[in-house]
Amino acid sequence: MRLAVLALQGDFAEHAEMLRECGAEEVVFVRRAADLEGVHGLVIPGGESTTIAKLTGNTSDPIFDTIIEKAKNGMPVYGTCMGLIFLAREIEGYSQGRLALMDIKVRRNAFGSQKFSREESIKIAELGQDTFPVVFIRGPIILSAGPEVDVFASVEEGIVMCRQNNLLATAFHPELTSDTRVHAYFMGMVKAYAENNCSKKEQTEPLTLGAVKSLAACGA
Amino acid sequence: MVTETKEAKNSNAKTGTLLVKKALPQMLKSGVIMDVVNAEQAKIAEAAGAVAVMALERVPADIRADGGVARMSDPELIIQIKEAVSIPVMAKVRIGHFVEAQILESLGVDCIDESEVLTPADEEYHIDKSKFQIPFVCGARNLGEALRRIGEGAAMMRTKGEAGTGDVVEAVRHARTILGEIRKLTVLPKEELMTYAKNIGAPFEIILQVAETGKLPVVNFAAGGIATPADAALLMQLGVDGVFVGSGIFKSGNPQRRAEAIVKATTFYNDPAVLAEVSRNLGEPMVGRTVQSLDEKETLAKRGW
Repeated sequence: MRLAVLALQGDFAEHAEMLRECGAEEVVFVRRAADLEGVHGLVIPGGESTTIAKLTGNTSDPIFDTIIEKAKNGMPVYGTCMGLIFLAREIEGYSQGRLALMDIKVRRNAFGSQKFSREESIKIAELGQDTFPVVFIRGPIILSAGPEVDVFASVEEGIVMCRQNNLLATAFHPELTSDTRVHAYFMGMVKAYAENNCSKKEQTEPLTLGAVKSLAACGA
Repeated sequence: MVTETKEAKNSNAKTGTLLVKKALPQMLKSGVIMDVVNAEQAKIAEAAGAVAVMALERVPADIRADGGVARMSDPELIIQIKEAVSIPVMAKVRIGHFVEAQILESLGVDCIDESEVLTPADEEYHIDKSKFQIPFVCGARNLGEALRRIGEGAAMMRTKGEAGTGDVVEAVRHARTILGEIRKLTVLPKEELMTYAKNIGAPFEIILQVAETGKLPVVNFAAGGIATPADAALLMQLGVDGVFVGSGIFKSGNPQRRAEAIVKATTFYNDPAVLAEVSRNLGEPMVGRTVQSLDEKETLAKRGW
């Protein structure tokens, strides 16, 4: 199983560390489309959404389209904060570049400037009984979500965690805490996808070098 | 029942904790923070992909040229810049001038730079940064200085370099010194750590932490003299987390192009082909002054201790 973190800008190292703590054997940093080959799940970290739009748009490298194509083919993607904004269909008041994969409308900087950034504990049923420590850093909020979106958690300001099929998003930063439950949950999504993907390949494809390589990457 | 009421009102929410203050710079990693002197420049910086802007009345090169006392910017300017962009806005205060810092905090800036580029207000004491709700970034030339600032509550560090020169030599010296001292610290036997802490004048508890983890407990950027995409990539390859570019962008021939190029170079710092591509046809770099040509009195990095 090969995990990846989009490493153009932001706290990608913290995410990689968290995935390793959850038992990921291989975590690659993705800066261009070619780095996504053989990847079974992608994390889009926290950072500045205008910067990531600039670095993925207006470039000769097809990274932007490759992420969309792989996500549409079922690869799990998890976005935190900037990653959530980048996944959203609509950003209130901004037309900046985004993947527009998730049927959500988001508000950037919904909490205000850094002095209103905060940490707290909230209940997230999908993660079990114990409360989860959520950290909002000039964070966004989800204003509305389409019918295919499952809402997992909210605070006063709005929705802060949701899932739409293979796409997971949080407005907060579990990678800054020592609680691995969100990353473990995402790893579960990736594992299901990788297993499903590998068994399909076994049945349908003759054993080309590429197929052998991708089986090996699945740990098969 | 009591817990439920509490949760509904979010009363366990805490602002201004060390975790929350250290997290803002973590989100800026592998990014470029640009000095801007008005709303128009701030918009150019944001459009070029800057992760934050530093709001100033004069860039360091002009502070050098003009002389006189350099102070915190007019709040009106900071408000205009805040309104112009959606990325974080930082601003500078004089070393030790905690009232300027209180003013910036009340204006809602996202991070304060206690900066040697401005004229120091206190030659003995830096600001007690732990008192504030928002993060501070401070400059350092060596590990001892960096850990003293962290001990005072700084949530982000940067090299001092030599601001307003366009000469990267001091930023390289400070980055190599700090990162080299950290590497050394990780191989020292434990019984030598207290003496090491005493010799470099650093808090022992933080020395222990750095010795164990092999890195500073906060994000560490490069600053002071970065003027080209290659300069930014050089510092990134040396091991810093991101870069500040002061006079280097808006004192150059084509600020927008240069800003975009430095942003790309900071992300693709390990890819010479990308660096070659973005370095083409950037127009005139800032004129610059070599650090060697400066009088002792003109150096800014020696301000603070």
